[in-house]
Amino acid sequence: MIKNRLIDDEKLEKPFNREQFVRLLRYMKPFTKQIIVTLILMIVAAVSGLLGPYFLQIAIDDYIEVADFNGLTMITLLFLGSNLINMVCMKQRVYIMSSVGQRVLYRIRQDLFEHIQGLSFTFYDTRPAGKILVRIINDVNSLGDLLTNGIINVLTDFFTLIIAIFIMAYINLRLTLVTLSTVPLLMILVGVLKRRIRRRWQEVRKKNSNMNAYLHENLAGMRVTQAFVREPETRQLYNELSGDIFTTWMGAIKLNNLFWPGIELIGALGVILVYIYGIGSLDSNTVSVGVLVAFIGYVWRIWQPINNLANFYNSLLMAMASTERIFELLDIGPDIKDEDDAYPIPEIKGEVRFDNLEFYYDSDKPVLKDVDFAVKPGETIALVGPTGAGKSTIVNLISRFYDPIDGKVLIDGHDIKGVTLNSLRKQMGVMLQDSFIFSGTIMDNIRYGKLDATDEEVMDAARVVNAHGFITEMEKGYHTEVKERGSRLSQGQKQLISFARALLADPRILILDEATSSIDTQTEVLVQEGLARLLKGRTSFVIAHRLSTIRNADRIMIVDEGTILESGNHDELIKQKGIYYNLYKAQYKFLNAV
Amino acid sequence: MHIIKRILGYLGRYRGKIITAISLLILSIIFDMVSPYIYKLMVDEVIRGGNRELFTTLLIAILVVAAARGSMQYLRGYFLEGVSQSCLYDLRNEMFTHIQGQSFTYFDDNRVGELMSRMTGDLEGIRSFIAGGIPILLENLIYFIGTSIVLFSMNIRLALVSLAVSPLVAWLAMRFDSRIRPVFSEIREQQAVLNTATQENITGVRVVKAFAREDHEIQKFEKENRLNLDKNVKSAHIWAKYFPVMDFVSGICSVAVLWYGGRMVANGVISLGTLVAFNSYLWMLIMPMRMLGWVINVMEQAVTSGQRVFDILDTGSIITEKDNPYEPEKVRGHVVFEDISFHYKDQQALFDISLDAPAGKTVAIMGTTGAGKTSIINALNRFYDVSRGRILVDGVDVRDWSLNILRENIGIVMQDVFLFSATIEENIMYGNPNATRDEVIRAAEIADAHDFIMEMPQGYETIVGERGTGLSGGQKQRIAIARAVIKNPKILIMDDCTSAVDMETEFKIQQALKGIMEGRTTFIVAHRISSVKDADEIILLDEGRIIERGAHHHLLNKKGEYYNIYSQQYKDFEDFEEDRRVI
Repeated sequence: MIKNRLIDDEKLEKPFNREQFVRLLRYMKPFTKQIIVTLILMIVAAVSGLLGPYFLQIAIDDYIEVADFNGLTMITLLFLGSNLINMVCMKQRVYIMSSVGQRVLYRIRQDLFEHIQGLSFTFYDTRPAGKILVRIINDVNSLGDLLTNGIINVLTDFFTLIIAIFIMAYINLRLTLVTLSTVPLLMILVGVLKRRIRRRWQEVRKKNSNMNAYLHENLAGMRVTQAFVREPETRQLYNELSGDIFTTWMGAIKLNNLFWPGIELIGALGVILVYIYGIGSLDSNTVSVGVLVAFIGYVWRIWQPINNLANFYNSLLMAMASTERIFELLDIGPDIKDEDDAYPIPEIKGEVRFDNLEFYYDSDKPVLKDVDFAVKPGETIALVGPTGAGKSTIVNLISRFYDPIDGKVLIDGHDIKGVTLNSLRKQMGVMLQDSFIFSGTIMDNIRYGKLDATDEEVMDAARVVNAHGFITEMEKGYHTEVKERGSRLSQGQKQLISFARALLADPRILILDEATSSIDTQTEVLVQEGLARLLKGRTSFVIAHRLSTIRNADRIMIVDEGTILESGNHDELIKQKGIYYNLYKAQYKFLNAV
Repeated sequence: MHIIKRILGYLGRYRGKIITAISLLILSIIFDMVSPYIYKLMVDEVIRGGNRELFTTLLIAILVVAAARGSMQYLRGYFLEGVSQSCLYDLRNEMFTHIQGQSFTYFDDNRVGELMSRMTGDLEGIRSFIAGGIPILLENLIYFIGTSIVLFSMNIRLALVSLAVSPLVAWLAMRFDSRIRPVFSEIREQQAVLNTATQENITGVRVVKAFAREDHEIQKFEKENRLNLDKNVKSAHIWAKYFPVMDFVSGICSVAVLWYGGRMVANGVISLGTLVAFNSYLWMLIMPMRMLGWVINVMEQAVTSGQRVFDILDTGSIITEKDNPYEPEKVRGHVVFEDISFHYKDQQALFDISLDAPAGKTVAIMGTTGAGKTSIINALNRFYDVSRGRILVDGVDVRDWSLNILRENIGIVMQDVFLFSATIEENIMYGNPNATRDEVIRAAEIADAHDFIMEMPQGYETIVGERGTGLSGGQKQRIAIARAVIKNPKILIMDDCTSAVDMETEFKIQQALKGIMEGRTTFIVAHRISSVKDADEIILLDEGRIIERGAHHHLLNKKGEYYNIYSQQYKDFEDFEEDRRVI
């Protein structure tokens, strides 16, 4: 049922996935122009940055040794100029790339959010909210560095390396070959460490994701934890999860940092080789002092980009892990979506028909079977049956929150699978037992039902469901700020607000799923009045336990074991002396016990 | 600055490791300082002077320096990462413990999404400061000072030339710092907003879909996402404005040394080797100046994050225990409310409530929505503390009780059912981790949950989601009842807990609960007469005041509000009487 629990690890990421990398790069495609400009800037900057040792060589060999002051001044000015070019290029690069990178992040995040809006309940039913959240916020954030700096840096380093090698080769080809002779050593080092390091960082991320999901759930359920005095156990588990991160992190660092001494040693070896060869060549006059000095300068300069490139692979893999999770989420297709040829359903009159319908969540056990009924426009249907009998499933199918496995749901003769979801749901009102309040003002919350409603309309709706009274009694009235899950409001108040919200939406078909169960009797009388007005002229499905609500329905359907056992109005069913009659009699017994 | 100090305070516990790391740092820098000297000798003695004997020695020296530097770097990195992770571990646990200790007021005011972003993003900001910022700051400071000393000892005039730009760099750094700080704090705030917006959308998905408000949600999110983009770009632009300039200005000294030093060599004031060595030292002077901007970046992020983290640690309404709390061996469950009043923010929610529930008795609380029923119950549990008056359990003020013992003896079924992502069995065992399978089943049977649990494919092993998605409202409530029942508490609170079950199930639960309520003080919050009629005392609340009280028959005879509710609910009964006549 649930995809994964909080303390279970998510599965290990696969190695570098080229396809996904390409898919990520596709997000950068709209910015091709900017990226090319940046690259050119970076090449210019790299060249001007690399000229330093070359200027030094010229200065030593051509001017200082012969005391040519004008020449020295000239070369100094050139040096200054190259620094200036470098600065301008850097500046442009940061300007351009930071906005490109951030824009890509923005786009990915927006795509993710828009995508999950289209996913059906099955998706949300099976995943902790924390894990979805982590993908949209943290995983996207972790791409930030790669997109704003990483890719450009790696290209820059690459060019720097190539250009440096060219300059060196230009100065002295043999010395260049000597310098590069240590590169294979580095490759071996990278090859040996790379995979192990990656695996350890993956471990770290898994532990991190576990901890975050656990944290999220426990913050949300803190009240329960306190009520049951489970703080110590919860804390203990949190400490353990937190400790896991410590351990795995240090394990990763232990290997990761081996690069430092490795590169240091290989670098030193390169310098030594250059000296040995260079000094040997000094005598034969093929190498000048200036050349040697400049070369040593370059040796250190090529190590920096090589080192960066090696590190980049690591951060690339880390970013790819996030990328993978992001695309995985984007690739989950909605179970319920508009068909290609879907058309908007015209204004609903309210005829609802279930045609031999069958439905199950998990494949083993049908929740509904052979459900077959027709409802005339304006009828009020009461669904009666024990908890878990399939009443909620029936109403969820009408709003197309789930699709039937077999059979059809028809509204005004339109198979709802063939119409657009938006046009369908806009004309339906659903009120659930667990009413959700968004953070914002009460006014905003009611207006959610009709976004362009005036304040007056909002208040009218609130009056009808008798919410106006308690709202105006609050200090800021309709402008009182309420928060997620409406903690400041009692359950009943939240319910009334969601009633007003549904009323404002003016739906053609109204569904009340145990919506009045948490309202006190005094309030319920008032709400019933409002509801009677609300139900008028609309087809409605009511799931309720109150006998009076059920009694007044045009038709009562007894649902049990996933099928409709009896159907008819109150008097008919009583006469039938079937299940309803017995249920009624049993309820009488309870009432009689009063 | 005090935030940085406070962050450093967390480092204090790992003094040993830090001192080792710093010693390693200084050592490796010293080794580093030796390298240019080796190059100087190489040029002056070996190449120019033709001293070939020294050559091998110098080569070995280069290798030794590299090996020493590399291993010291490794160890230092390892120690510092250890310290940063330890600090992070400490901070995380401290925050978690702190949040756990808060009263319900706190959770009413703080959204989960915001708390989450404090405990993830903001802590990461602090971590990267400890692991990255501090070492780099130290390293560069030592480099800068050390290099300056060496340069001055080599040649004072040339040293002065190279240091000439450093005041300018420092000034630029300060300006950058003051510009970037507010932007970082804006970014952090915006991230928290984005976080909350997303989280709300995910948890409220049913409403979003029911109203087909996906487009509206997308627009809402886009607005926040866009702001997030703008703020990030803004910070990058500040960075772009200062960083390359600082880079350039620090690079000028290298140009100046070439020009001025070159003249000195040509004039024979210094040797060429000295200039070459000077030039290589110069790099160690320029690097720290260049890194300054980066360090400031990391530091300011840490300050912003630290501010938020410490805000959490410093605020809140913790329900505290007295020093020597009352820890009875046995709890009887006698509850007395003495004239309690309760304020929620500026509004008074309860007015002078008094009641006496002797051990084993049942008190029912009725009232309109928002009348204060839940506040009474939450005060008993000490989820909130009362503003005036006191609540006594077994004659002792609840504020004098050991909080754990008090809450362990109160079983509560809340209005808003929250189940954990775990198996049904684990959820029920939340009430008593030591319960056996049989006890779990027994509790489920009492709550009339056993049958539907057994019908699920995995029975008690079925994993349910957060807030019990996948279960119907009634099923969730029954699991919550089982969870409270298994606790075997002396005081039982049922806060409107059978609202989502059908009457038949409610009747069954009530029958079973009757046995359970035996010997326990019970508080029932309910709307249905059938749920409250057997209570020893029924209290009717309206706007935080008791308007009627007494036993069922007493209240009926009074013909007041209770009678009205009764009549309203009894209408069903009258209807039935009518039907009976028909039948």
